[in-house]
Amino acid sequence: MNQFLTLTVGGIASGAVYAALGLSLVIIFRATRVVNFAQPALALLSTYLAFTVSQATGSYWLGFLVAIVGGAVLGAASDRLLIRPARAHGELGSVIVTLGFLLVAQAVSGMIWTSEPRSFGYAFDFRGLFSAANVFAVVAVLVTAGAVLLLFKATPLGLRMRAAAFAPEAASLVGVRVGLMVTVGAMLAAAVGALAGLLAVPPLLYPTVLDGIFVYALTAAVVGGLDNPIGTVVAGFTVGIGLSYVSGYLGPELVTLASLAVLVLVLSLRPNGLFGRGLARRV
Amino acid sequence: MLELSTVVTTYGAVRAVDGVSLSAPAGALTAVLGANGAGKTSLLRTISGLVAPRSGSIRFDDTEIAGVAPDRVARMGLGHVPEHGGVITELTVRENLRLGALHRRDKADRAVALGEVLDLFPPLASRLSAQASTLSGGERQMLAIGRALMGRPRMLLLDEPSLGLAPMVTAQIMRVLRNLRADRGLTVLLVEQNARSALSVAEHAYVLALGRVVVDAPAHAITAEALHDVYLGAR
Repeated sequence: MNQFLTLTVGGIASGAVYAALGLSLVIIFRATRVVNFAQPALALLSTYLAFTVSQATGSYWLGFLVAIVGGAVLGAASDRLLIRPARAHGELGSVIVTLGFLLVAQAVSGMIWTSEPRSFGYAFDFRGLFSAANVFAVVAVLVTAGAVLLLFKATPLGLRMRAAAFAPEAASLVGVRVGLMVTVGAMLAAAVGALAGLLAVPPLLYPTVLDGIFVYALTAAVVGGLDNPIGTVVAGFTVGIGLSYVSGYLGPELVTLASLAVLVLVLSLRPNGLFGRGLARRV
Repeated sequence: MLELSTVVTTYGAVRAVDGVSLSAPAGALTAVLGANGAGKTSLLRTISGLVAPRSGSIRFDDTEIAGVAPDRVARMGLGHVPEHGGVITELTVRENLRLGALHRRDKADRAVALGEVLDLFPPLASRLSAQASTLSGGERQMLAIGRALMGRPRMLLLDEPSLGLAPMVTAQIMRVLRNLRADRGLTVLLVEQNARSALSVAEHAYVLALGRVVVDAPAHAITAEALHDVYLGAR
């Protein structure tokens, strides 16, 4: 029973991270219709930014803030300089460009910060089952997810973003600046991704630190539906708890395998995600 | 209000719009007729900025808009209801309508505009919270026109509003267009394949064939025989 509780709570905490990175994948997919492998790269660079600023100033929170803002700026830059030019080469071309960016970003961060693991701290005390750091991670992700949903559902900006995503041409005919909305989506996605990086990395930061987490976040986004923010957040926590049980009861070496098995199963049985509404529009 | 002179739009080697000049005077309803593939839709897409013309001039209220981005053209007061309406099916009816007015500064007027649109198209009033994908074809066309009217355009481009609709629904939409022009002085450029219903509300009509204007005459002077010739390729 004690082990069950430990695994569950630990799973919720890591699930929060998968939910956040998954949410960032959903936001960018909604805006650009591209599964964006650049998302973990942007999160990685943002986290290194936080590391540098925190080292220089001694303030964790200043680094945190710089990472979120810097993430948004990086997101805008990646949209304008990378994804937009690549879109001319079709969906697959864009996906490959984002994948290439992930490799380049990892290599570049290795060149700048070396591939030696750097120690990167928690926001709060991490000791104990219900540690302050875990509570902070879960609360931060839930608040962020709630704010993103509210933005999409209840604000004029969110309405414009959804219109631009679902029907770019019709949106432009009613005066929506579609290109700007896509960039705003990329900024939002990268900022949420930066949060995921900040929560996921501790205690050690190195260029490939987010690789595994990205696989689990992608699993969450596929299970929840790439078009479905609520589904993905729920799936993120579910995947976190599920993998925690796999690790605890079956052995940690099976975690990645289990995650891939879930991916393959969902993609072959319900390719639009368990909560997906189906690809209503593929124009 | 809208003046086109020798506009050319090409898709690769195809000249979809081949030197079209036409004028749609303020407060009038001007029709553009023609068979499938005559270039009617390409003409509207060029005017609203979805496609940039290769050459020629498009003046809206004495401002050159050839090649201007569609969202800017829309904000200048030129509404375009595209073929099939362009209703965003993933949004609700209310969200579609709200979207039409978002670019306007006068926020207080949005509620007034919504009330007017619902008066024009009563079937929409009971469906405000419904997903737009659940609407019938006629309701979708009403929503599309209503959404364009939410932006209080000075001029409306309509691309085949009768397409796929029952004759009674078409008649209802044509009636609304006639009233809009009479009550608010709305300028309309109406593209139709369904010549009879378009000519019943238009003052002036142009007939396109293979991207060129082949008939340019007052609506009442265009006979069924003349149209048959054009539609069947005799001219």
